[in-house]
Amino acid sequence: MAIKKTFGLETEYGIVLRGADDGNPIAASSLLINAYLSTSEGNGPPRRVGWDFEDEMPGNDARGPTPLGAMPPEVETHLVNAVLTNGARYYVDHAHPEMSSPEVADALSAVLYDRAGDLIAIESMTAARSLLPPDQQLVVYKNNSDGKGNSYGCHENYLMDRTCPFGRIVVHATAHFITRQIFTGAGKVGVEAMGRANDEVAFQLTQRADFFEEEVGLETTLKRPIINTRDEPHADPQKYRRLHVIVGDANLCQVATFLKVGTTGFVLTLIEDDLLPTEIRFANPVEALREVSHDLSLSVPLRLDDGSSVTALEVQWELYERSRKYAEERGTEALGGDPALLVLDRWEQVLTDLERDPMSLAGQVDWVTKYQLLAGYRERHQLAWDDARLAAMGIQYHDLRPEKSLFERLPHERLVDDAAARPAMVDPPLDTRAYFRGECLKRWSGSIVAANWDSMVFDVGEDPLRRVPMMEPTRGTEAHVGTLLDECQTPAELIDRLQH
Amino acid sequence: MAEREQIKRSAPTESDEVVEDEAPASSDTGEKLKSELDDLLDEIDEVLETNAEDFVKSYIQKGGE
Repeated sequence: MAIKKTFGLETEYGIVLRGADDGNPIAASSLLINAYLSTSEGNGPPRRVGWDFEDEMPGNDARGPTPLGAMPPEVETHLVNAVLTNGARYYVDHAHPEMSSPEVADALSAVLYDRAGDLIAIESMTAARSLLPPDQQLVVYKNNSDGKGNSYGCHENYLMDRTCPFGRIVVHATAHFITRQIFTGAGKVGVEAMGRANDEVAFQLTQRADFFEEEVGLETTLKRPIINTRDEPHADPQKYRRLHVIVGDANLCQVATFLKVGTTGFVLTLIEDDLLPTEIRFANPVEALREVSHDLSLSVPLRLDDGSSVTALEVQWELYERSRKYAEERGTEALGGDPALLVLDRWEQVLTDLERDPMSLAGQVDWVTKYQLLAGYRERHQLAWDDARLAAMGIQYHDLRPEKSLFERLPHERLVDDAAARPAMVDPPLDTRAYFRGECLKRWSGSIVAANWDSMVFDVGEDPLRRVPMMEPTRGTEAHVGTLLDECQTPAELIDRLQH
Repeated sequence: MAEREQIKRSAPTESDEVVEDEAPASSDTGEKLKSELDDLLDEIDEVLETNAEDFVKSYIQKGGE
């Protein structure tokens, strides 16, 4: 049986220091995050809790020993790295500020904490203003490309059963990742793929497809693979695998984020239970990824290795129908309950609309929302697609400043309003181990030396430091430990009771 | 191969049913979106980056991940 899914999103934001000639992106990212941490909503300088790198092993490969020539990502232990009371990690990764959401148990909660993360980035920009000269400003963009060949990611994480054969995951997840782009794409003016002229594709569905060169691999910054094999479960490695998905776009449309996470959760559940009898094997997956992204008509035939072909919509209908059947026969418990039923309804509606009139999805799907704005502006001012004004709008769509964001000005559907998302800036989800992490930080941050995904280290005033392991992502919830935490006056008491 | 044909069959059936039910509602939505977009286009120059060319040129990020 499929295991109960745990989800998480990691968003690397674009960052610009306006008013300075030579902005150092690492310094800018550090300033942004430190500015937030010094506010009352951050966890405050005297009580700041850093990240614990003890268990970080991003170089481990799901296929076995790391192949020669692979480049495991560096773990940068010296940069700003904080754990927030909502259970998230907010840190500088390479040259970007990154928000790793707390673990959540359903797709709607993924949307909630994604929006909370964006609100934290917005608060951070505001907080940074008081630390900068009046003519300088930090600006954060939620996108994945600078239009010049540089990309940064929005990664997804899905907890899976370790016993599920990796080869089966590769085949079916690849088919989903290639075809889900029709609703997950955030839209992009032009093309950045090597060997393609910039005017060859006026507008494409995704930010990211141009940057993928391999089918399967460990890398995230060079020769990016459609299936990333990083084997670092941040949980009991005997029982679990964390599928680390690097191929998606960051979304501003909440419906897109909801479907990106929700549909992938369903497909991975079907894979675990071996309920996908049809293997959709593309003749050339990397090419198919780009073909889908470059095709606004959503009708390009994608070649399969048996010589036949399918369209992205056909594959998505097949995956949808299998998922609907799964929910009817086996329920939605593995996918967080009722929100999973909303995923199915919305998946069906969006595929129906994509087939009939994609433009009716403005405000639900980012590429449509952006395309309609740019096409309207282009028509009004009689512009060519390579006009700088359209490229500028393509970037400004993702500006997170509420007064400058083009996305915010366009009508869009919210699944979670800001009144609900604001508390999630400081409160953890109730139904994953993020609850234990966040609530401990709220109560006893002065006694917590460090924290990471699967453990916390307490200093209870006497040697040695005490590490509390959290190897089960679905334990440490409010239901498990809420009463215990309420009954403990001190962290020493908590440690004592956890041991008995 | 039989499996593959099944994929293709399922899509049209699914969409045919729904198209008839929902088409009018959606075109209303489409009209509303278009009129809101027109209003936005009327005022958008006020918020757009003033020098598009410089803005695009200066938007440079290092690779991440």
